[in-house]
Amino acid sequence: MIELKNIRKSFGDKEILKDVSANMEPGKTNLIIGASGSGKTVLMKCMVGLIKVDSGTVLYNGQDFTAMDDVEKKPIRQEIGMLFQGSALFDSMTVEQNVMFPLDMFSTMSYKERRKRMQECLDRVELKDANKKFPAEISGGMKKRVGIARAIVLNPKYLFVDEPNSGLDPQTSLIIDKLIKDITVEYNITTVVNTHDMNTVMESGDHIIYMHQGKKQWEGSNEDIIFSEDKLLNDFIFASEFFQDIKEMRKMEIFRDKNWRAKQAGGGNK
Amino acid sequence: MEFRFFYHFGRYLLMLKGMFSRPENMRMYWKEFMKQCVDIGFGSLGIVVIISLFLGAVTTVQTAYQLVSGFIPKSTIAQVVRDTLILELAPTMVCIVLGGVVGSKIASELGNMRISEQIDAQEIMGINTKAYLIGPKILAAIITIPALVIIAAFLGIFGGLEAGKMSGIISHEQFMQGLRASFDGYNVFFALSKAYTYSFIISSIPAYYGYNVTGGALEIGRASTTAVVVSCVLILFADYALAALLL
Repeated sequence: MIELKNIRKSFGDKEILKDVSANMEPGKTNLIIGASGSGKTVLMKCMVGLIKVDSGTVLYNGQDFTAMDDVEKKPIRQEIGMLFQGSALFDSMTVEQNVMFPLDMFSTMSYKERRKRMQECLDRVELKDANKKFPAEISGGMKKRVGIARAIVLNPKYLFVDEPNSGLDPQTSLIIDKLIKDITVEYNITTVVNTHDMNTVMESGDHIIYMHQGKKQWEGSNEDIIFSEDKLLNDFIFASEFFQDIKEMRKMEIFRDKNWRAKQAGGGNK
Repeated sequence: MEFRFFYHFGRYLLMLKGMFSRPENMRMYWKEFMKQCVDIGFGSLGIVVIISLFLGAVTTVQTAYQLVSGFIPKSTIAQVVRDTLILELAPTMVCIVLGGVVGSKIASELGNMRISEQIDAQEIMGINTKAYLIGPKILAAIITIPALVIIAAFLGIFGGLEAGKMSGIISHEQFMQGLRASFDGYNVFFALSKAYTYSFIISSIPAYYGYNVTGGALEIGRASTTAVVVSCVLILFADYALAALLL
């Protein structure tokens, strides 16, 4: 379980995070949504320790991550996998070297076992015939897959994903969203995803936090989000007319079938 | 302005301090060190060969041009070439050129890794990126650059020898006689002292600028240029300081 307590962060005079408190539900896909500049990425970087908070605490299973020095953070960091917005693959390494890098650095496995594990992860993200290619030679969607494979190669407990759909076409976005969702369930990982893509919100969000101007504005599930009366949240998620239609369709569907929520809960993770 | 200097100097020292930690995996650090030795050492060998040969050749021709008196033996040209190359040209000129070649490579490599979040990715894995990315570069530079300086001194003298012969200024025999005359081993110690100091400057200053880049591609270029300019100025400053201290 990841707990955020009263996180504050400023850059110069500009306050980016204003007293943010939230819990990331274990074993679920937790989404942080919000407009550009709302503080999502800064919040995520504070959670993984890439940015130091001004005040507040980040707790990983009750351990205060923010109070630890770099050496104390290492064991927790080795339980964290992260997929960056631009994938952050090491461009001097091939796809398989990228995925093997965390294993080479931290695992005590033999070379043969490390290669086997690397291949398992690449197979899991359904990346074929790309082992020997360099990041510059593969597409954006493939880079995301490699990034996911590298993030899960050490069997992390926590997976952080920053803007998984940026720069991807809608079809590839859906595939990546599904992959993240499936991996979360399969590996029983606590996943935190930063996004402003409403498809991701509706398809894969178990627990959603809406950020507005550095504050946590709303928190709930992807079922609740449709019925929320929060004006700022509604302005954000229904900005597109397409989602206005979805809102109406969903409401109609739910009125028609009172057991909708029960059905969703029963079949959501399959 | 002075506050900016102290700000950068303080961060630079903190970066160097941050490099000292227990390696996560010694084998990976060794691999990175060897890779950097190849990149910095072998990668710069071509340019070092070319500039040192020409430096030696030009020094021979210009020394002969200035020695107009018939009372000075021609072998003196070889002595001047030898000492100029060992004391100044091989360490300082070669390192200024390497400051551009190696310095811009280190700054842009680290800058690109910073901008594309590759450094963040390693930090999240629990790697001390200062130790893993900067440490091997500095160590590789300290090992390979003095070796390049020694090669440059030999090749420079060889260039001078051949240029003297080809232009009819001095014969091989006269040149070799001059090379052997009143050789002082301390000059080699002085040249190596310079080479070690410069190699630390050439690697650590660009590493600082590259590691701390913020922004985009434009800032990588800017950091790379700043790193090379600062390295060259510091090399010249160290050149004077070492000469004043050691000679």
